[in-house]
Amino acid sequence: MAEDSTVVRFEDVSVSFGDTKALDHVSFEMRAGDSRVILGASGSGKTTLLKTALGLVKADSGRLYVFGEDVTNLKESGWFDIRAKMGVLFQEGGLFDSMTIAENVAYPLLNQRVLSRSLQNQDGNVDYKVREALRFVELEQTLDKYPSELSGGMRRRVGIARAIVTEPPLLLYDSPTAGLDPITANTIVNLILKERDLRNAASILVTHRPQDGHLMANFRYNPSSGQIEAAPQNGEQPVKTEFFVMKEGRLVFAGPQRELKASQDSYVKKFAK
Amino acid sequence: MFDFLKGPVQVFQDFIILSGRALGNVFRSPHYVDDILIQMDTIGVGSLLIVMFIGLFSGLIMGSQMARALATYGAQGQIGPIVSITLIRELGPVLVALLVAGRNASGIASELGSMKVTEQIDAMRALGTDPIQKLVTPRLIATAVTLPLLTIIADFIGLIGGYMVANLKFDIRFSQYFTPAWQILEYNDVVQGLVKPFSFAIIVALVGCFYGMRTTGGTEGVGRSVTKAVVVSSIWIFVVTFFIGQIFINL
Repeated sequence: MAEDSTVVRFEDVSVSFGDTKALDHVSFEMRAGDSRVILGASGSGKTTLLKTALGLVKADSGRLYVFGEDVTNLKESGWFDIRAKMGVLFQEGGLFDSMTIAENVAYPLLNQRVLSRSLQNQDGNVDYKVREALRFVELEQTLDKYPSELSGGMRRRVGIARAIVTEPPLLLYDSPTAGLDPITANTIVNLILKERDLRNAASILVTHRPQDGHLMANFRYNPSSGQIEAAPQNGEQPVKTEFFVMKEGRLVFAGPQRELKASQDSYVKKFAK
Repeated sequence: MFDFLKGPVQVFQDFIILSGRALGNVFRSPHYVDDILIQMDTIGVGSLLIVMFIGLFSGLIMGSQMARALATYGAQGQIGPIVSITLIRELGPVLVALLVAGRNASGIASELGSMKVTEQIDAMRALGTDPIQKLVTPRLIATAVTLPLLTIIADFIGLIGGYMVANLKFDIRFSQYFTPAWQILEYNDVVQGLVKPFSFAIIVALVGCFYGMRTTGGTEGVGRSVTKAVVVSSIWIFVVTFFIGQIFINL
């Protein structure tokens, strides 16, 4: 049985789509406040790993624990309450085209049973939370716009607002910086750092860019100055950031950044900046 | 040895699972009433004009073609009953269903397909909503309600079309046309004329949703899903109308 403090725990999890193995005996665990940076080529199983943790993809073998609960054989209806504690940013943003930005961000608040029950009879509360989340990503002025009216980077930021609006203890980011210019990409990672350090949320970041991992591991958000700054190098790191490198569904590397940099494996080296 | 059957059987099984869940959700809350109304507007009101148009023209065509054959027996007076029976039993339901398949099975498949490839369906599941409850069931209910209504309208306008031909070409009066057209109809015909569009509605909505929801391969995949949805639902409409017809003939 997994201990209660683990947020996610994979035990020998395998997933295949037809003949291709998307996840091949993957095992890891993370605790509250931990960060994981998952690197790897396209098609190496990074997105599948996130989707398995969310229960969107079912494991063929192995066991999966989320928030200390065994969810390996959980039915879809049981997953809804667990997903209420997770925030997710999809690769494509996953914003609903037919809804305004405000409706998109309010969606998890209104549709997740656990949350909507506690928010009942508090109409203003939903509105307040939506504004707060959009203020966090500095897009408060876009409330009544539709996703198609925003740029790619703005859509990604709205996706972050929708992921964090429920203040979940676990956040999953699927390639948040893919296809963005370096400046916008840094803005996005800064937002992820800010969310992680303000609320001590566990975060899994899937990315192609080694720089994103570097930021996650070595920088932190300073609430008093409101800036991102280099984390002090002496002593213990405030946030435990581990790096994973995936290849053809397998976790070929797991460890801190200095081990990643020291790795001699030619595939792993590609992802060590 | 029967490996080649694996694929189609798997697809059919997936379709049955989706259908079972969608139909089960009809009796389970939450009900997304707003979505049902929006879909009724798109499918029902949106198809109204074109359904009236094809209803009118099928009546006009049937009236004028039948009249020629009937004239050889001097039986032009039978235009009313012939138009009424063929339209209400068979042509009305099938033509309207084919039209709605072309218009809405494709629309549903492309909308759901685009949502699938842009991860909106995954997002919906991740954010606490069952996509079948939110997307499939409202479309199913909306089509099942509106398609029979559209068929009734098409039948009615088709009868008027037949009358226009009968009156202008053969000088048949209103009561001469409509009284036998009405009298020839039996309970069996009317029930058949309503059971069919109801069944077609279920086919059109579920096939459209099914292919939409299993779209893969980006925007190109959306195109493939749309084509499949229209082709498959059209084929099923013909197969099912034959079998329903057989059941009613033997009643």
